[in-house]
Amino acid sequence: MGYHYLDDSATADIAFEATGESVEQVFVAAAEATMNVMVEELRSIEARVEKRIELKNRDLDMLLFDLLQELIYYKDAEQLLLRVKEIAITERDGTYLLRACAAGEKLDPERHEQRVDVKAVTLHQFRLQKTDGIWKALVILDI
Amino acid sequence: MPLPDALQRVAETVWELPASYKEGMRVPARIYGTEKLVRQMDDAVYDQVTNVATLPGIVKYALCMPDGHFGYGFPIGGVAAMDIEEGGVISPGGIGFDINCGMRLIKTDLTYDEVQPRLKELVDKLFAAVPAGVGSTGFLKLSRQEFRTVLNQGAQWCVRNGYGWNEDLDLTEDSGCTPGADASKVSERAIDRGFNQIGTLGSGNHYLEIQVVREENICDKDLAQDFGLAPGQIVVMFHCGSRGFGHQVATDYLQLFLKVMESNYHIRTPDRELACAPFGSPEGRDYFAAMKCALNMSFANRQVILHRVREVFSRVYGQPAEKLGIRMIYDIAHNTAKLERHTVNGKERSLLVHRKGATRAFGPGMAEIPAQYQKLGQPVIIGGSMETGSYLLVGTEGGRETFFSTPHGSGRTMSRTRARKKWRGRELQAEMEKQGIYVRTASWSGLAEEAGGAYKNIDEIVEAAELAGIAKRVVRFIPLGNIKG
Repeated sequence: MGYHYLDDSATADIAFEATGESVEQVFVAAAEATMNVMVEELRSIEARVEKRIELKNRDLDMLLFDLLQELIYYKDAEQLLLRVKEIAITERDGTYLLRACAAGEKLDPERHEQRVDVKAVTLHQFRLQKTDGIWKALVILDI
Repeated sequence: MPLPDALQRVAETVWELPASYKEGMRVPARIYGTEKLVRQMDDAVYDQVTNVATLPGIVKYALCMPDGHFGYGFPIGGVAAMDIEEGGVISPGGIGFDINCGMRLIKTDLTYDEVQPRLKELVDKLFAAVPAGVGSTGFLKLSRQEFRTVLNQGAQWCVRNGYGWNEDLDLTEDSGCTPGADASKVSERAIDRGFNQIGTLGSGNHYLEIQVVREENICDKDLAQDFGLAPGQIVVMFHCGSRGFGHQVATDYLQLFLKVMESNYHIRTPDRELACAPFGSPEGRDYFAAMKCALNMSFANRQVILHRVREVFSRVYGQPAEKLGIRMIYDIAHNTAKLERHTVNGKERSLLVHRKGATRAFGPGMAEIPAQYQKLGQPVIIGGSMETGSYLLVGTEGGRETFFSTPHGSGRTMSRTRARKKWRGRELQAEMEKQGIYVRTASWSGLAEEAGGAYKNIDEIVEAAELAGIAKRVVRFIPLGNIKG
């Protein structure tokens, strides 16, 4: 399980497919894919800062959207590169709740080989679905 | 690429899909381009431009410029004008995530012979002075309250605070400040993302280039002379937008419109990214006011970058920027929506013109363009790839066919993912240096993604625009030095 980038799904931007055996796994894979668009080596991101993330949405796919947008937010607002370390997704009364812990550090051009900046998560062909027990997410990021 | 059967050629460079092509279309769709360019366009362009034709209040045609390619909701290169008195909508997808992504063109009195020997020094210093790349922050340290003031005042704030000259404002679209911006309509998250980013380039296809005019690239001698451009002359051009701030404004309002579009306004669109609201609705008005904040932030961004360009050249040549003649030619936005008056079927109407990856190009004599360009037409700056160069054109009377809109750039032919596999950044940099172009980049893979081979031919794009009568070429600029994120 993990992610891969799609060659021909978005000309001006970047598309990826993430997979997981659980919904939490696919969320983490999608988060990694998003960060990997911006930084060449995810392992170069040291866990110096921790952020607790709590999000709610009535739609599970939009909960994923919110998580990825949160990472993009921190990248600009605090120049933080974050990797999701722990995550739990629960549902109650028709609302999904995500609790996650992300760790990372401020972008350092000396140590983090940059790729390209992500502006936003788009809703184009955006989907999250479970087929034959495997969760798959398709995401196109605006560059 | 096979063309849709229903596509009809209505003029040499104008192709039309009738309103009967897709259910819900209110007007036909028109795609501008030579046959070659139109054949190169991905299928998504036909799908997206005909989706745009379903939007409430759309007038005449849903348009796509010669550089058209797949976008979100609207194709990039998409233009649509809505009659706001007839229930016309405003759609964030018709503006783009990078609100007021645009171009600024500066001329100098320096020549190639004066710049070439010091090119590396200039580029290296510009690379240090204008941060580029992921999440970069600028030298301007503003409080959040000061940033809100910039959102309302745009480039005018910059000039008032010593980051530019008054004449810069005269030569910027909307004089560098679009009236009607309201900082209370933007989220705290948008401010968080953007308040440290004024004076930064971003990444992807954003750039700052030192370019030269060569005699053989002057397309119209008289116009070039009118612009004060001569062979051997050095210009500077840059391409960037509203950074994280604008991206968040777009995201915020797209989400809001998705919530209210159907429930409050009974509007359905074929694509979520075409989410919209009536222009006169509270949500529509709020987005317009927030969008203007992003327009202003971007004008301020490019104004501060101009200030840094002047500082660097001044330091390198040991003379004030005034003496070096570092003066604006023009600044344009190519991701906006503007209220404009256009004549449709003999009647003048107030239209909201969405231009997503398309440039406004008013013709000679139109009131909104600066006095010194009244006879010439509005300057239009169209960016090519980093290996091929860019163009200055002017708007023409024929532009009324497209609500005075033209293409904005080359348009990609290949995805970033594919381009990264095909080219290597370091090798590309070395290749470009052999061609006489010195480039500094914050990202090697980013550079590979921007290889000239991943883009359409800019010459063909601007030629198509000229053949369609919507713009006139003045000069092509050749890149010498480039900074990229």
